[in-house]
Amino acid sequence: MAANSKTPANWDVFVRGIWKENPVFVMLLGMCPTLAVSNSVINAIAMGLATTFVLVCSSALVSMLRNFIPKQVRIATYIVIIATFVTIVDYTIQAISIDLYKALGAFISLIVVNCIILGRAEAFASKNTLYKSVLDAFGMGLGFTFALLCLGVVREVLGSGSLFGVQILPDSFQPWGIMILPPGGFIVLGFWLLLFAWLEERRQRGNAEGDGANA
Amino acid sequence: MHSESLSFIFLNACIINNFVLSMFLGICPFLGVSGKFETASRMGLAVIFVMLVSSSSAYGLNLLLAKYDLEFLRLICYIAVIASSVQLVEMFIKKFSPALFRSLGIFLPLITTNCAILGLALFHTAKEYNFVQCLVYAVGAGLGFTLALVIMSGLREKLELADVPGVVRGAALTLILAGILSMAFMGFAGLGGS
Repeated sequence: MAANSKTPANWDVFVRGIWKENPVFVMLLGMCPTLAVSNSVINAIAMGLATTFVLVCSSALVSMLRNFIPKQVRIATYIVIIATFVTIVDYTIQAISIDLYKALGAFISLIVVNCIILGRAEAFASKNTLYKSVLDAFGMGLGFTFALLCLGVVREVLGSGSLFGVQILPDSFQPWGIMILPPGGFIVLGFWLLLFAWLEERRQRGNAEGDGANA
Repeated sequence: MHSESLSFIFLNACIINNFVLSMFLGICPFLGVSGKFETASRMGLAVIFVMLVSSSSAYGLNLLLAKYDLEFLRLICYIAVIASSVQLVEMFIKKFSPALFRSLGIFLPLITTNCAILGLALFHTAKEYNFVQCLVYAVGAGLGFTLALVIMSGLREKLELADVPGVVRGAALTLILAGILSMAFMGFAGLGGS
C-alpha cells in the first residue's frame, strides 16, 4: 500500500490509482456512491468528477497542513476539511443543473463519508509533499470515475437500452428493468470484479509460462 | 409528512427501504464485517447506538442552525457530531469489551464514514420529522442495517464450505450474493412510500 512504499516515481503515483490500486475494483472503497449513482452514464460521470474535485482539493489542503495538525485530532480535522469542499460542490451542482442535483440526491452530501477521500488523506496526503499528494488524489479520482463509468455503461445499456440518454438499442429490445434497480448494481459490480480477478489470474499464469519458456 | 405513523416509519426504514439493500448506504461495513455472525451482530448494535445518539443530536443541532439561518453549515456540523459520538462508542467498547474492540478493528473508527449514519441524519432533516419520529427512524434504520448484516453473515458462513472456483471467491461472490438478497428485499417495495 501507499503508506509503506518508498517514494515512488511521480508517474507511478499517478497511474497507480487508475489501474493497479483502483479504489473500487481493487481496494473496494467507496462502494456506496459507486452502486447508487451508476444507473446512468451521466450520473456516473458527474459523481466521478465531483468526487475527484473534493479528493484533489482536500488532499492538497491536508498535505499543506500536515505539519500543523496534531496527531490526536487529525481524523476530525480531515473530516472538517472534506466537509467544507463537499459543501462547495453541493452548492455548485445545485447552481449548474437542478435536474442533476435531484438525480444524485443525498449522495452529493454523502461524498463526505466516501472512504476513498478519508483513506487517501490518512494514508498518503498526510505523509507526502503537496505535489505528490495532488497527483495521487488525481489518479485515484480518475480511477474512481473510470470504475463508475464501467458500471454506468453496462447498467444504462442493459437497463434502459440507451447511452448518454440516447437510445442505441432497437425498439424490439426489452430493457432489463432490474439493471437500474438496486440488485442490478450489486450484480454488475460483482461481475466486473469477477472479470478483473480473472484477468489478473490469467496474467499471472501467462507470466509463469513466459518465464518457463525463456528458461 | 408529520402524519406518518410511527410504525410506518419504523417498517419503512427497517425493511421496505432497507438502508443497505435498497438505498446503498453503509456498503463498506456490510462487505467488510459480514464474514462472521458474531462480529456482524455486534457491529449492528454499535451502529444502532451511534445512530440513536447522532440523529438525536443532529435534530437539536438543526433546530439551532435553522434559528440562526446557518443551514449551509449543516453538513460540517453533522459530521462533527457523528465523529464525536463514534469516539464515545469506541471508548465505551474498548473499556468494557477489549475482545470485541479487537475483532471490529479498523471498522470501528470507520463507523464515522459509514454513509448510513450521515444519510440518516440528512434524511430525517429533509423529511422534517419531529423528535419522536426521529428516534423511531433511527432505531428502524439501525435494525435494518443489523438485519442485512446478520443475514449476509449467515449466508457467507455457509458459503465458506461450498466448492466454488477460485476466481469467484471473495468480493465478487459476496456482491453477487448481495444482489440476490437485494432482489428478495425488492419484494417489499410495494408496501410503502419512498
